[in-house]
Amino acid sequence: MLYRETSQFKTTYAEDMAIFPIRQDRIALGVLLGIAFIGLPLLATFHIWPFGGDYLLWAILLPFLILALAAIGTNILVGYCGQISLGSGAFMAIGAYSAYKLATGVHIPLAWLGFAISIPPLPILASILLGGLAAAGVGILFGIPSLRIKGLYLAVATLAAQFFFDWVFLRVPWFTNYAPSGSVNAPELNFFGVVVQTPIERYLLCLTFVTVTAILAKNLVRGNLGRQWMAIRDMDIAAELIGIRPLYAKLTAFAVSSFIVGVAGALWAFVYLGSWEPLAFSLDRSLDLLFMVIIGGLGSIMGSFVGAAFILIVPIMLNLIPTELGVPLSTETITHLQLIIFGSLICYLLIKEPRGFARLISIGKEKLRLWPFPY
Amino acid sequence: MRAPDTNEVLLQVEGVALAFGGVRALRDVSFNIRKGEIRAIIGPNGAGKTSMLNVINGFYHPDHGAITFKGRTRARMQPFEAARGGIARTFQNVALFKGMSALDNIMAGRTLKVRRGLLWQMLRYGPALAEEVEHRHRVEEIIDFLEIEAIRKVPVARLPYGLQKRVELGRALAMEPDLLLLDEPMAGMNLEEKEDMSRFIIDVNNHYGTTIALIEHDMAVVMDLSHRVAVLDHGVKIADGTPDEVKRNQAVIDAYLGVAH
Ligand SMILES: Nc1ncnc2c1ncn2[C@@H]1O[C@H](COP(=O)(O)OP(=O)(O)OP(=O)(O)O)[C@@H](O)[C@H]1O
Ligand SMILES: [Mg+2]
Repeated sequence: MLYRETSQFKTTYAEDMAIFPIRQDRIALGVLLGIAFIGLPLLATFHIWPFGGDYLLWAILLPFLILALAAIGTNILVGYCGQISLGSGAFMAIGAYSAYKLATGVHIPLAWLGFAISIPPLPILASILLGGLAAAGVGILFGIPSLRIKGLYLAVATLAAQFFFDWVFLRVPWFTNYAPSGSVNAPELNFFGVVVQTPIERYLLCLTFVTVTAILAKNLVRGNLGRQWMAIRDMDIAAELIGIRPLYAKLTAFAVSSFIVGVAGALWAFVYLGSWEPLAFSLDRSLDLLFMVIIGGLGSIMGSFVGAAFILIVPIMLNLIPTELGVPLSTETITHLQLIIFGSLICYLLIKEPRGFARLISIGKEKLRLWPFPY
Repeated sequence: MRAPDTNEVLLQVEGVALAFGGVRALRDVSFNIRKGEIRAIIGPNGAGKTSMLNVINGFYHPDHGAITFKGRTRARMQPFEAARGGIARTFQNVALFKGMSALDNIMAGRTLKVRRGLLWQMLRYGPALAEEVEHRHRVEEIIDFLEIEAIRKVPVARLPYGLQKRVELGRALAMEPDLLLLDEPMAGMNLEEKEDMSRFIIDVNNHYGTTIALIEHDMAVVMDLSHRVAVLDHGVKIADGTPDEVKRNQAVIDAYLGVAH
């Protein structure tokens, strides 16, 4: 089938403003969603290759989906609004621990006032969403300095947030319900009576979260608020002169971004890890998310998926390919190679194509659309 | 050239002074802009023209003096308030949002007219979609008017300078301003592009009745387009009047010929 938009005349602006105005793209997306929601679960249920074991689901698809979700959140702040953040890991942690506290019941003894605040355990879905909301609240708080400080200085402020919350969740036993080891176990994943347990169920749960969030995020970034974010990113002075309030634009970006990252954190803890320690949300996680966004494409929802896949798959390939070739590499070598690859790729992309892989893909599509005529 | 219908004053600048350290960019400048007119501000390089526009839309705060816009007097005004009050502008060095398409740049100019909030925009359904389509209609009218249909989806960074200036005008028009400040809209353009831009400026003034303050170095353009001209030199207003009066003014001739003060 040819990639052509000839004869696909758009007769209304609403049509032109659809998410995927080109029919071939819509078909491709439909097929992809069909495979993701129906095809893969079927294959996995019947243990058809490559689903012999649960490896693909557990080790690749589940983390891919959750990290793609977190990458979408990071991309809204960094890619769309231009506010560099090294604190995504902390916001995942805030989402995870808030959801954990809400799901297990909150008890705050206010001894000096003679009473205590008690909230009974909330249902799991409410806990996860409220966990995201808690992250959004903290995000707004940490977004306030962004009105004064920019670029590198803001990055340092978000780095401070990262270290601060690492410390809080490690040192304040209240957050871990006084678990002696500091490690906590996720509550039962009971969604309106349906208990999510098997890898396929977990995969479908995360897939649903990611799909819904991706659509809503896409709506936001192509609407007026998204244009406000990008305007602030590209030229904040001119943005203000056309009536965009930097306060509103930046804080909404912080809020929406932190909400999504927070929900991703709760899913990472509850659905993927099952039991976790503060280390699960360290600076490394923040950096990984930043790499995903830069490599996949700053200011692109699709790029967030591409970036997450890339960051996840490279180490696996580095492990797999040399082993297949009979020259297995040591874990250390793989880690080093990985850093070299990411590092040089990021340097290359930031210099040559700041819009990342997503931009390269759309250039390719543009060429394909015009092919075989170069103009 | 059609004269404005009324003598109603839209903007009054009163005794404005502005200094950057030792540089006195504006010294006791007073003038007004009447509703519906094209008001030119001219002067040699460094005369303080851009600074004047920056004071008017709240980007700089004057050290002395006050601005009265639509009957409300203010010494200080924030850029956001100026925009909300109906003042739009373009910049001497194009200030577009580089990563966005021409269409998105102009759509961004509709921000103050958008009613639906975050949650509605996220759903992009029903009334939110209807509103977005409505804004798109208005923006497409502007795109037609400026004859930039072919480049609406192109990222502005890839456009030639002349077209960037047009997109920037489009973004300002999308705000449906009462007062439009144009800082050298024709700088760096060839003759044909200048003629197009002149036509757009006259049309905006005629069709929408938009009041325009225009900074321009090309005298022929200024004389053709404007109803009244204010002349600045070294931060001082040295002349003010119709194009013909200004042309004959000795102080203006001296300033442009570089006669020592
Ligand atoms: N932000 C600033 N900081 C310091 N000095 C400034 C600043 N803005 C303007 N000036 C100075 O104020 C004076 C007036 O500048 P302005 O840009 O208003 O002139 P102009 O009439 O627009 O000139 P041009 O025709 O070159 O655009 C100049 O001497 C300029 O160097
Ligand atoms: Mg100037």
